[in-house]
Amino acid sequence: MKLELAQREVNGSRNARSWRTILLGNGQLMAGVFIFALVMAVALFADGLALRPYDAMDLGNRLQPPGTGGPLGTDQFGRDLFSRVVYGSRIALRVGLIVVTIETVLGVTMGLFAGYYGGWVDRVIASVTDVTWALPPIVLALAIVTALGPSLNNVIIAIALVSWAGYARLIRTKTQGLKNMPFVEAARALGESDLSIMFRYILPNTFGLVIVLATLSLPGAILSTTALSFLGLGSQPPAPDWGVILNEGIRHLYDAPWISVFPGLAIVCTALGFNLLGEGLRDVLDPRMKV
Amino acid sequence: MSIRPHSTTETPLIVLEDACKYFPVRRGLTRRVVGHARAVDGVSLAVARGEALGVVGESGSGKTTLARLVPRLIQSTRGRVLYDGQDVETASGRDLIRIRRRMGIVFQDPSSSLNPRTPVRGSIARPLELQGIRGKEATRRVLETIELVNLGAEVLDRYPHQLSGGQQQRASIARAIILRPQLLILDEPTSALDVSVQAQILNLLQSLQAQIGLTYLFITHNLSVVRYMSDRIGVMYLGRLVEVAPVGPMQDRPLHPYTAALFSASPPLNPRLRNRQRYRLVGDPPSLISPPPGCSLHPRCVFAVEQCREEVPLLVDAGDGRQVACHRWMQLALAVQTG
Amino acid sequence: MNMAKLLQVSDLRVEFLTGRGTVRAVGGVAFQLDRGEVFALVGESGCGKSTTALAVMRLVPPPGRILGGSIRLRGDDLLTLDEDSMTQVRGRHIAMIFQNPMVSLNPVYRAGAQVQEAIVLDQVPKNEAWRRAVDLLGRVYIADPAHRALSYPHELSGGMRQRVMTGMMVSRQPDLLIADEPTTALDVTIQAQVLDLLLELRDRTGMALLIITHDLGIVAEIADRVGVMYAGSLVEQGPVFDIFEEPLHPYTRLLMRALPRLTKGQGSLHTIPGQVPSLIQLPPGCPFHPRCPDRMEICSTKMPGLTVPAGGREVACYLHGVGERQ
Repeated sequence: MKLELAQREVNGSRNARSWRTILLGNGQLMAGVFIFALVMAVALFADGLALRPYDAMDLGNRLQPPGTGGPLGTDQFGRDLFSRVVYGSRIALRVGLIVVTIETVLGVTMGLFAGYYGGWVDRVIASVTDVTWALPPIVLALAIVTALGPSLNNVIIAIALVSWAGYARLIRTKTQGLKNMPFVEAARALGESDLSIMFRYILPNTFGLVIVLATLSLPGAILSTTALSFLGLGSQPPAPDWGVILNEGIRHLYDAPWISVFPGLAIVCTALGFNLLGEGLRDVLDPRMKV
Repeated sequence: MSIRPHSTTETPLIVLEDACKYFPVRRGLTRRVVGHARAVDGVSLAVARGEALGVVGESGSGKTTLARLVPRLIQSTRGRVLYDGQDVETASGRDLIRIRRRMGIVFQDPSSSLNPRTPVRGSIARPLELQGIRGKEATRRVLETIELVNLGAEVLDRYPHQLSGGQQQRASIARAIILRPQLLILDEPTSALDVSVQAQILNLLQSLQAQIGLTYLFITHNLSVVRYMSDRIGVMYLGRLVEVAPVGPMQDRPLHPYTAALFSASPPLNPRLRNRQRYRLVGDPPSLISPPPGCSLHPRCVFAVEQCREEVPLLVDAGDGRQVACHRWMQLALAVQTG
Repeated sequence: MNMAKLLQVSDLRVEFLTGRGTVRAVGGVAFQLDRGEVFALVGESGCGKSTTALAVMRLVPPPGRILGGSIRLRGDDLLTLDEDSMTQVRGRHIAMIFQNPMVSLNPVYRAGAQVQEAIVLDQVPKNEAWRRAVDLLGRVYIADPAHRALSYPHELSGGMRQRVMTGMMVSRQPDLLIADEPTTALDVTIQAQVLDLLLELRDRTGMALLIITHDLGIVAEIADRVGVMYAGSLVEQGPVFDIFEEPLHPYTRLLMRALPRLTKGQGSLHTIPGQVPSLIQLPPGCPFHPRCPDRMEICSTKMPGLTVPAGGREVACYLHGVGERQ
């Protein structure tokens, strides 16, 4: 009530402002959208961009520096590094999206149930999330992959299993707030079922938060999978996984550093891009989350 | 304890018998239960069909909890809640839903009473949908109902935040009455609204009651509003009903010192009455977790005697359809000037 | 210059620049306060009453800005002061209490320490300031003040917090206390205590009170004079009895009739047709004319000025022989 209508008008205009104004007013978001679009484009048009198939060897052209042997040089088998990094974006994005989808579905469902029902449901879910949080995620993922055997799919499962807890916690808190709102009470008084209340009334009101969480956790998912691939537990050679390329480059760090540097840069750029996007979206969609 | 129906001999629509709701209070790392907040502490009350009963009290009086016990949005700790003769507390899931569909609720904050992600049409039509009524029939009933609450059809496709506070509250009322319930529970329905909008909503509620024969359970802290809306008023203090009486007699001659304090503290909307006699309460309200023994008002009551400190006063019949819970009501002659 | 006037606000204009346009929150408001006077600015949400109060403190937050007019405290125009001098004025000469005493008090400091802090600002030694703080808490009817001074804000009830806040604000004996919806978050019996306290402090110190409220009940209870605001303009002002018993402006008249003073069955309440206009697109002429039952030709073209008829009353309405606004 402090500024009364004046302030309300300001808030109202925030909703009404066009997307262009929001974008231009938020440098972070703009940079994020730009990098996101770039990575997506690279992944989509990899076939056109790549100069050679990612696994085409040319043993006569081994370890060529950038310039002479293709834009980014070649690796120890004479494969074109640019083509491998380009194709690698597909793996990274695919893995990221699958992981994020699994952890979103899992985390949001768990969070909804824990927050809505409270009591023992909440305590059980809370203890599971607490245990997951207490262990370093990479170590836990390592254990799961070791048990299931090394493969990209197992890595996806492992990363998703260790990272849904963060979602669950935030969605739980949000649900606890929403379930006491009058419109939810009204729904209960109308005779809506619990499931209907959770998925029809509460869930849609968490979408802003979920989008932000998903965007912010994508780089983590990509980083973790490349890390496990780097350790030899995920994608197997000759897959152009950035982690695999990085690993292969380690042996030639002194005579052909570009093999490691370029996939590394790709990882950093992608992660940075999604972080910027996520934080930008957070400012726009859910400003109260800002720490 | 006597329960007297309002004016008719038919069974009351709502009957509360010694209804209690204690909320556990937890402290410390282990969330140990260290006590109970007695939000509602032994309330007995009957609301007749077609009656408008106002429940007033200050924060912590338990009036809002009381309103939620009726549709069992909150499970009572002890006592009975009967709706149209049916026990609400022990009703099975399906019976409870059937009972709840015969009552509507309107909440205080209109801006959060409708699902922000659903267009208004969806919120108003949802009760019909739950009954399996869809399509043309649903549209017909929605249009009929929004006309009853004086809303135009153009609001149906808007989202709640695109409506004014008054329109939001009309939409909430439309949702509450679309199944033509017998009872409307109104929890501070105009407290968040400006005076001119409040007047519109109060008029609407009065004409609705006359048109479709509703019973009202009207919860508010605003005494002007409750006087305008109710046939009878129940006054609550610290979880207990301290006085129940028809509006006129209660405001002219309150029997309970708390009622007198409440009515005389409430600004009478007339500057000439600013020097009226006031019944003041001493100090601040005590905590609900450890209410004082005896009459819970005694530490703040200027009329308190030894008996008040020891014995809990019961709600007794005081004649003329009035009830009061005070040891000294017959010796006190309280009078309040209201606008 | 009229030296008798403590506060003299003239032609105050405040705007908020937003993405959708300019919000004219306050458009040319003028009023005065004498020493020891209680003046209430009353109106519905969005009428600009709170913005007016903040403007007097020069605390209008961005994107709002004071466009013009003058705010004279004993003749000195506050709008021409530099920020340092204005800081001296706040707290020392003009103090303010807000609607929500929970957020106005700092949750991590003890109640007494916060009052002490305010007193120390006047170069009082710390021990002496604490003693005075405890004394003040007693005077705002905090029971057992020496003990309560050691409480944190969350350990106090809403009414106590508002009284502590009031104690803190009057600790430096300001000439003017602005109270913005001081009792809106409180219960009626506690509201009565706080209003009594404000009047008692006024009687004892001679400070003036500027009350901002939407509640005509509070106005009836403590105001000496009343200003009624609508859509950023002061439409009427005068002594409280006149405003309640013989309102001149059609808006005030309708507002008074919309109050639920009846009991059930005595008839329905009067309502005001239409809605409050958007402050971005105010109608031309008198802002109330689209809703006014007595509107005339001129009302939709020219803004009426505020005249000063007899009896200390002012009204901005052509019905009462007012000229156009300059």
